[in-house]
Amino acid sequence: MDATTLPRQEMAGDSLARHRRRSSWLLLSPAVILLGLWAFVPLVMTLLFSFQRYNLLYPERRGFVGFRNYSYLFSDPAFWTAIANTLVLVLGVLAITIVLGIAFALLLNQNFPGRAVARLMVIAPFFVLPPVAALVWKNLLFDPLDGLLGWLFTLVGLHPIAWFTTDPMTALVNIVAWEWTPFATLILLTALQSLDTDQLEAARMDGAGPVNRIIYIVLPHLGRPIAITIMMESIFLLSIFAEILTTTAGGPGSATTTLTYLIYIRALLDFDIGGASAAGVIAIVLANIVAIFLMRAVARNIEA
Amino acid sequence: MQKRLSRAPLLASSLAAVFLAAPLLAAGAGSAEAATLTIATVNNPDMLIMQKLSPEFTKETGIGLNWVVLDENTLRERVTTDIATKSGTFDVVTIGTFETPQWGKNGWLDPIGDLGAAYDMNDIFPSVRAGLSYKGTLYAVPFYAESSMTYYRKDLFQAAGLTMPAQPTYDDIAKFADKLTDPAKGVYGICLRGLPGWGENMAFLTTVVNTFGGEWFNMKWEPQLTSAPWEKAISFYVDLMKRDGPPNATSNGFTENLALFSTGKCGMWIDATVAAGYLYDPSKSKVAADVAVAPAPVDVTPHGAHWLWSWALSIPSTSRHEADAKKFLAWATSKSYIDLVGTTDGWVAAPPGTRLSTYQNPNYLKAAPFAPLVEQSILTADPEHPTLNPVPYTGVQFVGIPEFQGIGTTVGQDIAAALAGQTSVSAALAKAQASATRSMTEAGYIQ
Repeated sequence: MDATTLPRQEMAGDSLARHRRRSSWLLLSPAVILLGLWAFVPLVMTLLFSFQRYNLLYPERRGFVGFRNYSYLFSDPAFWTAIANTLVLVLGVLAITIVLGIAFALLLNQNFPGRAVARLMVIAPFFVLPPVAALVWKNLLFDPLDGLLGWLFTLVGLHPIAWFTTDPMTALVNIVAWEWTPFATLILLTALQSLDTDQLEAARMDGAGPVNRIIYIVLPHLGRPIAITIMMESIFLLSIFAEILTTTAGGPGSATTTLTYLIYIRALLDFDIGGASAAGVIAIVLANIVAIFLMRAVARNIEA
Repeated sequence: MQKRLSRAPLLASSLAAVFLAAPLLAAGAGSAEAATLTIATVNNPDMLIMQKLSPEFTKETGIGLNWVVLDENTLRERVTTDIATKSGTFDVVTIGTFETPQWGKNGWLDPIGDLGAAYDMNDIFPSVRAGLSYKGTLYAVPFYAESSMTYYRKDLFQAAGLTMPAQPTYDDIAKFADKLTDPAKGVYGICLRGLPGWGENMAFLTTVVNTFGGEWFNMKWEPQLTSAPWEKAISFYVDLMKRDGPPNATSNGFTENLALFSTGKCGMWIDATVAAGYLYDPSKSKVAADVAVAPAPVDVTPHGAHWLWSWALSIPSTSRHEADAKKFLAWATSKSYIDLVGTTDGWVAAPPGTRLSTYQNPNYLKAAPFAPLVEQSILTADPEHPTLNPVPYTGVQFVGIPEFQGIGTTVGQDIAAALAGQTSVSAALAKAQASATRSMTEAGYIQ
């Protein structure tokens, strides 16, 4: 390569690269613009509405009111109970689904007769529609008079528990965890199948017991998938609504009123767009806080 | 040498792609086809029958019907949004006695006007017409109406040596329930709604408060939830349910109680008259031979002791097919339609509570032995005088203001807490009073 010809080639290569970048940007722009509109317009509109007083039933009484919607929400005594309930629901379900998800994934990764059927049954609850799942649990399983659990209790001589009256949150966490465990199982099972068996073999030959193998090899490998599962589940769990509506309607008292349900009562039943938007913004902030804390907690435990 | 793509056509084609996509996204605007009506409705048995019979209407008039079936709360939300944002999607909407006067006042609905002499407007129950009017103008025609009454088990009463009086009082009911309760045999003296909701437990509890002499708001719109009648009524309810009610009462709404009563677990039940058709049907209810009805109980005053609800058809003012929609309204609530349902689906399925002539039809009376009491209850339910003391609102088992949905549901939750034993009745009512006052002040009713 002659030193004098190099710059000329470089310039030609440069302008080609620059041209490629420009035309590729232009070709991508329709998709990017549409995506941007889809993502940002609703968010910006929600923010705008949250600073307005806007009720669908009184459309003429509309105007900018600053932080009034937010202060009204913060001064609502039910608000802080709702945040506490939301955290209990989300963290409870996350804990149960991750633990059970790992257990099921480890189990279903083994080869045993009937594994295909077992996999199907473990995955199936995810495809049951939430109201249906909630009603089945409420009327067929949890009902103290007619339900399976009540009958089992009487068999051993115990008094059946009226779940939705005395422990509504426990019952609710149970139902939601039943629905979301398949999700965690699927993700973790897939991740588990990418685990290098040579490492496990080597560890086994070095005398590591099964428990140690799980703690020191399998779990770190699953670290990132667990983080992803936590992120995705918490996004959906924060907006759980159908199960609460069909079982307890937020009660008794505010025992099962989460932030989502509070938004429904305060803002949607009253057609208060301003109030609903403000509560929605608070829900976004809460979701982000939860996600940041959980990500930090999981990231700290991953070596990779 | 590579061909350079020139910039201008490239940019133009990108922008064109965006703008072409936009109309596709905005597709779905209701096209004004000459003869199809879009009807928004609830999923209730009378509406299912109407859908089934809609080919008859199309045969008669040539107008097609497009049904949009939603659950009650979603329906209210969608229809409110449609009307408030003037999108004109719906030509006919199904609304109830709660929103009709409010929307009529806002000018969102077309007044019904004159539907012709053959329609016989005076045949429609006067109390139902009053519930669907604002200042004397009718805004919707009913296709279904109900009140509330007492259901009880004749056989259990006989076994315990009890007789149900012609007009029971709540004290009577408490005495009966105490005698009938037998959890060992799986029978609970009384089943009542406990599921929180302005249309669930509060619909029933409002009638109890009314008949105990209380009201939701005084003439200055101040909530009265800590007044003596409220304390007495709610304490009565909570104590009665704790003594003689089924477990898990706080998650029992209309549907759950219907299942409990029809499988023989309740001695008595006070709820909607529409349950009678189900309970008296041997193919659906195990107690069809043993059920009997009595008027809803009273206490200090008969005002507001049994409720009034009606689902009705109305035309939004934003509809673009008003003349055709009116034809549909007249057809769906006419005498000939009721005859059609009676002959094709059986008389017990005839729309209840709308026309006086239905209750004089011997076919209907034979199929529905509870009909005279239902007629009596609907005729005497007065949404304009629901309470002992004068009040600024209308509505028997609700308060006809938009804010009531939120307020009623919150109060319902607080009372469910008292029923579940989480708080005392006084504490629950104090909490309810505080939140109701907050909402009413925020909404501008209390100055």
